[in-house]
Amino acid sequence: MAPDVHPLLLLVASVLTSNILLTNFLGLCSFVACSKQVATAVGLGAAVTFVMTFTTALNWALYYLLLQRGALAWLVGPEAAARIDLEFLYFILSIAVIAAFVQLVEMIIDRFSPTLYYALGIFLPLITVNCAILGAALFMVIRKYDFVQSLCYGFGSGLGWWLVILAMSGIRARLRFANIPKPLQGVGITLLITGLMAMAFSAFTGMVKIQ
Amino acid sequence: MPGLSANVKTFFWKNNPVTCQILGLCSALAVTTQVRNALVMSLALIFVTMGSNLTVSLVRNLTPGRIRMIVEVLLIATFVIIFDQILKARFYDISKELGPYVGLIITNCIVMGRAEAFAIQNRPIPSIFDGFGNAFGYGFVLMAVATFREVLGSGRFWKVQILPTAYEPCLTLVLAPGAFIGLGLLVWIGKAIAPTSEGGN
Repeated sequence: MAPDVHPLLLLVASVLTSNILLTNFLGLCSFVACSKQVATAVGLGAAVTFVMTFTTALNWALYYLLLQRGALAWLVGPEAAARIDLEFLYFILSIAVIAAFVQLVEMIIDRFSPTLYYALGIFLPLITVNCAILGAALFMVIRKYDFVQSLCYGFGSGLGWWLVILAMSGIRARLRFANIPKPLQGVGITLLITGLMAMAFSAFTGMVKIQ
Repeated sequence: MPGLSANVKTFFWKNNPVTCQILGLCSALAVTTQVRNALVMSLALIFVTMGSNLTVSLVRNLTPGRIRMIVEVLLIATFVIIFDQILKARFYDISKELGPYVGLIITNCIVMGRAEAFAIQNRPIPSIFDGFGNAFGYGFVLMAVATFREVLGSGRFWKVQILPTAYEPCLTLVLAPGAFIGLGLLVWIGKAIAPTSEGGN
């Protein structure tokens, strides 16, 4: 059964209280690597939000219409379908859906808006291996969200990721003038600041509650 | 062919995939609230990296350059599914606790990175060693962070109380901020011991 949470509430919660980056640690690699400049962070955040929203919807359809036990009832009848359990294929097929979708988006953008294509440039292929995207697809199934909830969860998680990487890129732009010990520069200080950000975001906890 | 011991030593500190190359961070943080989960995750990564490095290396001459990424991802996903199914069949409670993070090994940059940077150009045997070395370095960091967090965060090790009950557990360490800060400090130590050329802001 889908949890009894209003989709809009889920949207707010996945941006603020259960931010996919700060509470589930997903999408960290590209977060650390691409948060040096604000412009880069904006482009990557937008691309992640877009891809995450649509791949969560696609993967929802994939899981509930093809892979779950009994899901093939529309094809082979309920009795035969009850014996077919393809759940173990979800990992491989969901990553294939994500890769295919990213490729498709890349081709469409290239065809219709070359300007945007060059602006996003290298970020699109990078997204395929952004674990936040696959993570959202896996959490959606584990938490048994229905279609609208999944859509809101995907969109909200993307927005949340965007918000955090944007904030971090702003902070790092200022850090350039700070006197940080050499071994701590770069990744070390980024992780420490992310920890502080996670603390700050935990102040939202009482606002909405999911799960 | 690099020897095993030299390989392992390199990946402990000098070129550790987590602290120096900053790969595979996501799962390094998510599963380190308990030492037991961290150990299972390390074993999973060792298994998957060795398996995928071996197979990627075996098919390296048959793979057209343009589709090599998708071939690599599919091979990695296959090994992840095998491990996940074993875990579900034999250790169901651990599988439940790890949740989606076993599946997320597919997008763990270490596995993909080794396939792309090493296995695709090298012979099978060195590829297995390379996979083992990298995954072992990852496991080392995972165990270090997990020990730090479980002992200080809940006063226990392997779910057994080891600190006196008078010790007030530092809850922040079990929660998300502690993970970030703990890993940040470890990166700091790692870089102070073995400085890398990478740096700056």
